[in-house]
Amino acid sequence: MNINLTLIGQSITFLFFVWFCHAFVWGYIRKAMEEREKQIADGLDAADRAGRDLELAQEKAAKQLREAKAEAASIIDAANKRANQIIDEAKESARTEGDRLKAAAQAEVEQEMNRAKEALRSQVAKLALAGAEKVLEASIDESVHKDMVDKLAAGL
Amino acid sequence: MAAESQSTVGYIQHHLTNLTYGKLPAGYERLDSEGHVHEVLAADTWTLAHSGQEAADMGFMAIHVDSMLWSIGLGFLFLLFFARIAKRAHSGIPRGAQNAVEMVIGFIDQTVKDGFHHKNAMIAPMALTIFMWIFLMNAMDLVPVDWIPQLAALISGDPHFYFKVVPTTDPNITLGMGFTIFGLMVYFTIAKKGFMGFVKELTLHPFHHPKWYVNVFLVPINFALEAISWISKPISLGLRLFGNMYAGEMIFILIATMFGAGLILGLFAGVLQWAWAVFHILVITLQAFVFMVLTIVYMATAHQIEEEDQFH
Repeated sequence: MNINLTLIGQSITFLFFVWFCHAFVWGYIRKAMEEREKQIADGLDAADRAGRDLELAQEKAAKQLREAKAEAASIIDAANKRANQIIDEAKESARTEGDRLKAAAQAEVEQEMNRAKEALRSQVAKLALAGAEKVLEASIDESVHKDMVDKLAAGL
Repeated sequence: MAAESQSTVGYIQHHLTNLTYGKLPAGYERLDSEGHVHEVLAADTWTLAHSGQEAADMGFMAIHVDSMLWSIGLGFLFLLFFARIAKRAHSGIPRGAQNAVEMVIGFIDQTVKDGFHHKNAMIAPMALTIFMWIFLMNAMDLVPVDWIPQLAALISGDPHFYFKVVPTTDPNITLGMGFTIFGLMVYFTIAKKGFMGFVKELTLHPFHHPKWYVNVFLVPINFALEAISWISKPISLGLRLFGNMYAGEMIFILIATMFGAGLILGLFAGVLQWAWAVFHILVITLQAFVFMVLTIVYMATAHQIEEEDQFH
């Protein structure tokens, strides 16, 4: 247990070993470890980002779906309204057309009737004239009169 | 067993003596094992000490060959292994040895980051070196005490060949590291705060008075206190490790003396040795860790610049 040169020998050896460890050991291993730590951190980051992206995409998809549904509903609504409107319009136009046709037909019937009345009136006048002629010309034979009157009637 | 051929005291002393190579002065009387003068040196001689007395008489100009051999050998074992792993280190999935090495380095790195907040790339490698190196040197304690010395005696052909295998039971080794760290502390303090900063740190703490004529009287007191606190750091660092390992080694040796005392005691000693070794696994790791942590703390103190201003 004497203190001697060993002390200095150990001291020099210690300094040399520290230098050696610094130069050939520590840096390389720490570098590898730090690289790996960075890789892991990056990987976790990427996973995180991907998760967030997925969430965003899902949200976006859900939103688009909601919008599409709303749009479809509004389109159907509008279509229904339009259909009702078209039906109403058709009904309306049909009714007016019917009324118009009816009015036209009535007018024609009336016209026809008037024409017939006119014709009849003219013919009745003629017949009356012809009948009066015959009555005046022929005897008062009943059969003859009867015939004549029948003829008159048939001519109506 | 060595205990059979020597007395117990001799056995223990033999185990506590380093293989010392040093200078014996001219006129030194070398004794043989019976205590007779065997040779008188004509001139200063560099030689291996043949006894503890000779090793002591060599004074400072001697070196513990066994301590240095194991210290350097284990240091290289650690560094070459780590350097080999470092060379192949990749950022992919670590396997096998790389995993183990990275675990140690990650642990050290965390400890350094917790205790040392300044910019100095040398501190972490130093902490790793201290931890692994001291751990390995301490771990030599777990090798049964007679194995390697007996092997060395067999190889050297000298049955009294001194060979201590646990470098950290040699105060030269532990104090050598302690004082190196002390030197680094002084170096970093001066590098960070300038020489005057270092002087101020030694003389204006812990007592300080704004009036200079009061300060003049405080300076010597401060210096005495600070000098003690500085010097105590490397010494406590070195002696703590040395004391723990020396005591552990001593108990292993004492247990080993029982092996020669019959079958029952021998078996009992075997159980004791096993139990003490298991306990010692804790001690060797803890001592390496304590040495490392204290080094980190001392280095952090040396780098601390603001401390001076916090008092004003």
